[in-house]
Amino acid sequence: MGLSGLVIYKLLPKTNCKECGFPTCLAFAMKLAARQVELSACPYVSDEAKAQLDAASAPPIRLVAVGAGDRKVEAGNETVLFRHEKTFYHQPGIFYRLGDDASAEAFAAQVQTIADYQIERVGMALSASGVAIENRSGDAATFGARVEQAAKAGLAVILMSESAAAIEAGLKAAQGAAPLIYGATEENWEAMAGLAAKYKAPLAVKGNGDLNSLAALTEKLDGKGVQDLVIDPGTRDWAGSLQAVTQMRRLAIKKNYRPLGYPVIAFPGANANDAEEEALLASQGVAKYAGFIVLDHFDPAALYALLTLRQNIYTDPQKPIQVSPGLYEIGNPKPESPLLVTTNFSLTYFSVAGEVEGSGIPAWLLIADSEGMSVLTAWAAGKFDAERIAKAVNTMGVLDKVSHRKIIIPGLVSSISGDLEEELPGWQILVGPREAINIPAFLKQF
Amino acid sequence: MATPVPVAKETWTGKIREITLGATPAQGGTRGSTVTIGGENTLPFLHFEGQIPHRPVVAVEILDQAPDDWSPVLSEAWGDVVQDVGAWAKKAEELGADLIALTLESAHPERGNTKAAQARKTVRAVLQATSLPLIIYGPGQAEKDNEVLVAAAEEAAGERVALGNCEDKNYRTIVAAALAHNQLVVARSPIDVNLGKQLNILINDMRLDLDRILMDPTTGALGYGLEYTYSVMERLKLAALTGDSVIQQPMIVTVGYEAWRSKESRTSEGVPAAWGDFGRRARLWETMTATALLEAGANVVVLRHPASVEAVKQTIDNLMSTAS
Repeated sequence: MGLSGLVIYKLLPKTNCKECGFPTCLAFAMKLAARQVELSACPYVSDEAKAQLDAASAPPIRLVAVGAGDRKVEAGNETVLFRHEKTFYHQPGIFYRLGDDASAEAFAAQVQTIADYQIERVGMALSASGVAIENRSGDAATFGARVEQAAKAGLAVILMSESAAAIEAGLKAAQGAAPLIYGATEENWEAMAGLAAKYKAPLAVKGNGDLNSLAALTEKLDGKGVQDLVIDPGTRDWAGSLQAVTQMRRLAIKKNYRPLGYPVIAFPGANANDAEEEALLASQGVAKYAGFIVLDHFDPAALYALLTLRQNIYTDPQKPIQVSPGLYEIGNPKPESPLLVTTNFSLTYFSVAGEVEGSGIPAWLLIADSEGMSVLTAWAAGKFDAERIAKAVNTMGVLDKVSHRKIIIPGLVSSISGDLEEELPGWQILVGPREAINIPAFLKQF
Repeated sequence: MATPVPVAKETWTGKIREITLGATPAQGGTRGSTVTIGGENTLPFLHFEGQIPHRPVVAVEILDQAPDDWSPVLSEAWGDVVQDVGAWAKKAEELGADLIALTLESAHPERGNTKAAQARKTVRAVLQATSLPLIIYGPGQAEKDNEVLVAAAEEAAGERVALGNCEDKNYRTIVAAALAHNQLVVARSPIDVNLGKQLNILINDMRLDLDRILMDPTTGALGYGLEYTYSVMERLKLAALTGDSVIQQPMIVTVGYEAWRSKESRTSEGVPAAWGDFGRRARLWETMTATALLEAGANVVVLRHPASVEAVKQTIDNLMSTAS
């Protein structure tokens, strides 16, 4: 990725004028290659060279935004093939395909259901991004009317038609909602390019399973100045899709191959019989490189699972979510309310806090600093032991706020009870359940 | 003029070992057929750049005593067959399992504390009830694991069963039993590439061949650590394919056990309406975990729900299909 110093050097004036602050053009080129200096430091670089260098330093996969406000989806700008190499940056937007041939009322109900859907996981609110409206009616005015409904509901919109007239009606109706046009083909690309440019809308390119023709098409569009592209490799099966998106991602990242350096759109519903089957193929999209996922079956259980998977895959491996250590109050505890202790791994905190809340029994939740690790992991790594828990008890306000001297430890670390008794003389150590889901029952007999 | 699309194939220098579970009468066992896993020389399902001679397989987990704390979704799906381990094994085979994973749960000190004799009886019953190769898990407590797995290894002599789990804190006795009776082992490491490698070396140092060791990287379910397992598996697979010979082992993931522990699959009370249909959510918790880990390179997926067997096998069929 990026040009080498020598290649950059060939594009520079090679006068060694030193005005950039470096002794030679070669030295400057090396610094540029290492991204330690801006090209603008050289007053004499030609316009051609500038254009070439800009193209080479642009991110390998174009960042494309669809939608506005809190439904905005940004896809692209990825730098790795595997999340463990660094992280995946821009999680895919999840859309539902709706036909414009439903009645206005039925359509409104569908839109509302999608817009209303929200779940919370590990303290984050998750929802679908929007709808992909398909021009099944064949009528531009109808299409425009349905698009307007979706845009008014605040959803991100994908306009699905191969007819320029319909697309234009949709673009007019979705002004301000930053819709995606789906899409350009060999037959209509010039007209679609015109619309994309006129309305400054991103444009999806429909492949037919062959990467060569897809690349040729994106190059033609790029030649017309349409650069905010989204690509559909055209595969709809599991193996074919996986191989196509893997090749495209590799080409962009490892070979800086521009014509396929765009975010991908996937349609897992095309071959699925029901919401469950579709959710599984959609999960391949989440794990493997999709930027926009369009589903055909709206189902809360399937969407919840998929949003959870997306959250998991797109978590930065180097920053596993943690909560701050401290003494948390769940549901207005009194001094005699139970005291539980656990680790500051986000999922642990939310699981335990959630169960305590659900029990209806107010309690104190002491979160020890386990460096963001879960109970078992932290215990195995020596980051959640008697000493640490005792320290938390003694330094986080427990002694002032809690009138009793009983502490409930997670069942998975029952083996530290003895040590903890020694670290906290006068305290009674109670071993709680191993699974958070059993906390309510445990607290009821406290 | 269009720039031609460059080739996007990687060249891998390593491949995953082939491991065969089960032995037919001609081979000294009594299994109807054997199951071979591994052998791939490319990343999961990238048929265009290598060979994937053996598809991933599905193991169905059965217990040696009727579970009393399972999700209602799971219990209702199996019904009364869980009262008899032989009948349960037969049913699992009928559903299309490639392997049976038998957990000797009753041997756990807190769940029955049954002994070696009971383990032998159970293993014999299951071997008679099903023609599929077996994975045999202890109850997950070191002393009891050793006791019952030694007995199981002996009882299943000649059958090429996989004994689980060998962990760094407890592996010697199980490996010795595997050596004595020509069995295989499952080596479980705590989501860590180096610890996984180390455990394989320790086991191999005891003279158990590497083609008798399945790697279990420890499974986190969807929403409960999945991404940790997913990434450690991708790292293991990449290291294996680039020549690290000690970790070129097929991987096994215990999806059923982990997925059915989650709140999502266990309860429909006091959960948000947006969580949707209980049964569908519970099944998806298992099948979506399985799908993600297949994409990360799982060679054996251990499942619990009957419907998951078909769904995951269909997914595997789809991923192995090379016809567009």
